[in-house]
This record gives sequence, structure tokens and C-alpha cells, in this order.
Amino acid sequence: MIDALRRFSHSHEARLLAVVLTLGAVLTTATPSFLTLQNLFDLLTSYAFLGILAAGLLVVLVAGGIDISFTATASVAQYLALSFAKAYGLGWAETFGLAIGTGIACGLLNAWLIESLRISSIIVTIATLNIFYGLLVFVTGGQYIYALPDWFSKGIWWFEFVDADQIPYGVNLQILLLLLAFTATWVLLNRTTIGRQIYALGGNRDAAGRLGFHVFGLNLFVYGYMGFMAGIASLAQAQLAQSVAPTVLVGRELDVLAAVVLGGASLNGGVGTVLGTVLGLALLAVMQNGLVLVGISSYWSQFFVGLVILVSVSSTSLTLRRRAGSAVA
Amino acid sequence: MSHPLTSSKPADTIGQLDKGIAAVEAQPPRIGYVERLRGFGGDGANLRLLVLIAILLAAFGLVIGEQLFSAASLQSMAYQLPELGILSLAMMVTLLSGGINLSVIATANLCALTMAAILTRFVPGSEGAAWVLIQVAALAAGFAVAALIGLVNGFVIAYLRVSPILATLGTMTLVKGISVGTTRGNVISGFPEPIVFIGNGAVLGIPVALLVFAAAALPLAIMLNRTPLGAAIYMIGSNERATRFSGIQTRRVILKVYLISSLLAAVAAIVMMARFNSANASYGESYLLVTILAAVLGGINPMGGFGKVSGLVLALVMLQIISSAFNLLNFSAFLTLAIWGGILIAVAGTTQLRQRLRGG
Repeated sequence: MIDALRRFSHSHEARLLAVVLTLGAVLTTATPSFLTLQNLFDLLTSYAFLGILAAGLLVVLVAGGIDISFTATASVAQYLALSFAKAYGLGWAETFGLAIGTGIACGLLNAWLIESLRISSIIVTIATLNIFYGLLVFVTGGQYIYALPDWFSKGIWWFEFVDADQIPYGVNLQILLLLLAFTATWVLLNRTTIGRQIYALGGNRDAAGRLGFHVFGLNLFVYGYMGFMAGIASLAQAQLAQSVAPTVLVGRELDVLAAVVLGGASLNGGVGTVLGTVLGLALLAVMQNGLVLVGISSYWSQFFVGLVILVSVSSTSLTLRRRAGSAVA
Repeated sequence: MSHPLTSSKPADTIGQLDKGIAAVEAQPPRIGYVERLRGFGGDGANLRLLVLIAILLAAFGLVIGEQLFSAASLQSMAYQLPELGILSLAMMVTLLSGGINLSVIATANLCALTMAAILTRFVPGSEGAAWVLIQVAALAAGFAVAALIGLVNGFVIAYLRVSPILATLGTMTLVKGISVGTTRGNVISGFPEPIVFIGNGAVLGIPVALLVFAAAALPLAIMLNRTPLGAAIYMIGSNERATRFSGIQTRRVILKVYLISSLLAAVAAIVMMARFNSANASYGESYLLVTILAAVLGGINPMGGFGKVSGLVLALVMLQIISSAFNLLNFSAFLTLAIWGGILIAVAGTTQLRQRLRGG
């Protein structure tokens, strides 16, 4: 136990946790509106979309790949699922099934192209981003969908309770899906054989192949999982926005990548944890939220995000080099 | 930099470098013309692109007819190509060195905003020499901003050893943050005549923007093919460690790569702001991934070490033909995007398959 704690205290996650807690403490003293249930629920709700996608992307990065196309996948999934839901009167299960199925199909296509053509994953997914997105906007004419099924517009509202100021709280669709996504990813990476194999694949692809792991199958699973998360995230976003807009999701893929990378996942594969990703996302969320609460114009929030990314990746690189010792010049 | 390995080595032989320095030393020093000619095709990439362009021209020509080859249509292609073209050159240099520069668009926009701010504040009301000087100073300021961003990128990547994709993801966000923060997302517009002329004017029927593109592409091609720096960039892209052990100061070369990339982004900034007669924090953002697409289509290996400016130019011409033809056919610009993606997979896929068949 003590051993584990000591190991944790030297990890990237521990440093992130310290930064997030410090930032949270500063904000709590600086403004009374930060540490309120309302603010925290709002934060969770508004960052659910990025968070669910980050959970999926984490698995892809751990496996040694990268996916850029998931925002386009999500756009396609949400458009298909919700236009069918309205037209044919589908229920929760069918709608989610359709969105998830579409996501998985796009993910499997990515994996198949990457593995069978042996093109690097970044190139394939840049191409498929353009293909999915281009075809979606071409076919739909870029039209928004405002007419959503009633049950979907209402969403869910579980475990409702009311605080002293009579403000109601509850678990909404976004928070529920976010929790499910992170839990599922944690179980996958830490408690299943496939998870260990994914780490092995990302750590050393050739060795994993020679150990008898089914590399092609693992990649199908990994990109399929990313597509699965894109499908879920797309519905969380559509429910929050109360509309489907085919052109607003694409362009946010690098935000998700930034969150996962801040969380300590390596682009070289084999490294990355769910806790790190959660903390990376929390850092971005708390910082942007804090800037607004403290009264700094939201026009400057991107500047600070960039600063945090640059400082974080630079310091990570420096620590890694120091740890590697003087062996590497 | 006058290392014997790099000083006299044409870029064509660099292709064999990935097996390490020993292989290079075993190379015969002179290259015959036949090999040179074959070298133009690269590993057949340029030849394949030419064939693709010919097929596309024939197919679109049949469907659209003479209109595709009309002067107006050719002119509009020539006006559109340079923006994406120069940005792609900026991306290409970093790809050749085994890196990537995600901050090209953000850099171009901040440069454009810097120049635009100076132009709109000081030019109106000035006359004569001051009128000229202010415009020159504005452009110089743009390049200074670009140089600064390039040096930050280069320093973080070469000296702090941060992976290029992460470092430039950071600077991309940071630089765009500065643009958005200072302008509050607003547009700065209304430039003097000479600046607008760069984007919309023509000399002897040739658009000035196209001339600017040529003025960026040619020196870049010469630098890559004929100078020690160019050779060092290809070598680093093939095998950075081997290059360092061969006595090349790889860090300085990488610093220069990101400096050059940034300066090219500044050139693109001039063309972009001149064409729109305005500057904004988020112009051209959809170009970012398209520059990578164009470069890879042009035979540039995204892992570094291989690729030519000529290939990139051919790829740009091809993308432009598709875009213009679809425009004439009244197809959505988004369909063009999808087709570009499909062609990227087809071209990259066949290249890989051929290499595997040949390599066994």
C-alpha cells in the first residue's frame, strides 16, 4: 500500500492531481461560485462530449495508433440515429444502437484501412475524416435537425435532489454517459486480457505479434471502441444542444487529443491511464471555468490552454529525459 | 555544415539513407542522367500523379467540355492554388524532417493580423515615402512574428525534445489564443492598393499570388536538393540518430526547419490577407489537415526522409483540378473534400502495396 503510494507520488498523474487541486483551491478562495454543486454539475455536463471521446482516444493512443476522424464519425452517427429516430419513432435502445453501430462501422473501416494497406493511422484517419464529413454534409446539405423525438429532448433526470436554495440537481444523460465511458474504459484497460494486450501492442507491436496476439483483431477492436465512444458522445452532445448540426463537431478533434496528451498518454503507444485522462480533462475544464469565473474575458481562454499544453509537454519531456539519465546525450 | 557527407550529395541518393550512414558511404559519388530522370519520378510518385492528372483532365474534359480549359477557369484555378500551396510547403518541410507543424494556419493568421493592424492603423493618411515604408514595415513585422513562433517551435522540439505533434499542438492553441484574445475574434480589413494587388492582381496575365507561390517553391526546392541544409533535413527525416552520429548538428537543423516553415506561413499570410482584403483569427482553419493530405498525396513520406517539392506541386494541381471541375459541375465543395480523402487513401495505399510487393 505504502509502496503503491510512493510509486504514485512519482507519477505523472500525481503531479497533475496536485496541479488540479491547487488550481481548485485557488479558485475556491478567489470566487465563491467555483465550488458549488451547480458549477460542478454544469462542468461535468458541458465537458461530457470531450470526455467520452477522450476515453475512446486514450485506448487508441495506448494501442500505438491515433484517430483524427472521430468528430466526423460522431457527426454521421448523430445525424443518422436522430433522423431515423424521428422518422420511424425509435426508442432509446434503437437510437443508441444505431448511433453506436454507425460509430463502430466507421471505426472498423479505419482499422481495416490502416492494417490492410499499412498506411500510418494519422494519414488514414485524416482521409476518412474528410470522407465521412464531406459525404455527410454533401448528402444532408448541411441542414440542422431541430425536430428531435420528445423523449430525447427531455432526456433523463435521475436521483433528483434539491439543495438549500431550492435548486434541483440530478444525474442527466451527459453525466451518466461520461461516467459509463470512463468506467468501461478503466475496466477494459485494467481488468481484461484484451486491455493488457492493447498495452503490449502499443509498447511493441512486433513483440506482441510474435507472442501470438492477434494484431489485426486487436486493432479492429481498438478503432471500433473509439467509434463506439464517438457514437455515445454524439448523442450526449445532441441532447445537450437540443439539435443536430452536421458542421459543428468537426474541428474539435485536436481539443480531445490535447486533453488525452495532457493526461500523460504517449503518442508512441503503450503509455496512458484513465486517471490521467480524467485529470487532463479536469485541468482544462477547471482552468477555462476558472478564467471565466475570475472575470478574464473568455476570448483569452484559448491562449491559456495553449500555454498549459506547451508547459506540460515540455516539463514531461524534461522529466523523462532526466529519468532516462545521462545515457542519452 | 560543410560536412563531406552532405556537401555534395544530391537529394536523390538520400533515399537510400534509411539503412544508415554506412550505406551512404558505400554510394558512388556521381549520379548519371538516367538515374536523375528516374529520380524525377521519385519512386514513381510523380509519374503516377501525372498519369492521374491526365486521366482527370480527360474525364472532366469529356463531361464539362471546353469550359474547363477556358481562360477564366484556368485563371480562377491559378488564383486559388497559391494559398493552400504555400501552406502545404510550410507543412512539407517539417514532414520531410520527420516532424509536423500543426501551427501553420494559426501562425499565418497571427502574422496576417499583425500586418493588418499596422496597415490599417498607419497607412491611411500617410503619403509618399512614408506610405511605402509603412507597408514594408508591416510585412517585416509579420515575418518577425513568424520567426519568433518558428523559433519557439524549433526550440521546444529540438532542444526540449518534445514530440513535434504535441509541441505544435501547443503553439497552435497558444498562437490562435493570442489572435483571438487581441482581436476578440473580429476581422481587420481594408488594405492599401499594393497589398490587395498581391492577392488579386496579375502581371502579364499571371496572377501575382501564383508568382509568390513560385517564388516560395523554387528556392525551397533548390534548398532541399542542392544545399547541405536540405540534405541534412532529408537525412534527419530518415534516421535522426545516425545523422547526429555522422557529425551533423541535428538540433540546429531542426530549429531551422521550423523557422523556415513559419516564414513560409508568413508568406501564405500575405497572400491570404491580400486575397480576402481582411485578416481574422480563424481564417483557413479547414486547410490544416488538407495541407497534410496534399503533402502525402504528393509523395512526401509522413514519417520523414522522402518527398519532393515537384511532387507536392503536382498534387496541388490535381486537387485544384478536382475542386474547379466540381465547382463547374455545381457539386458541393464538401463532395470535393470527400473525394480528396478517397484519393489520398487510394494513392497512399497503392504506394504502400507496391513497396511491399517489391520489397517482399
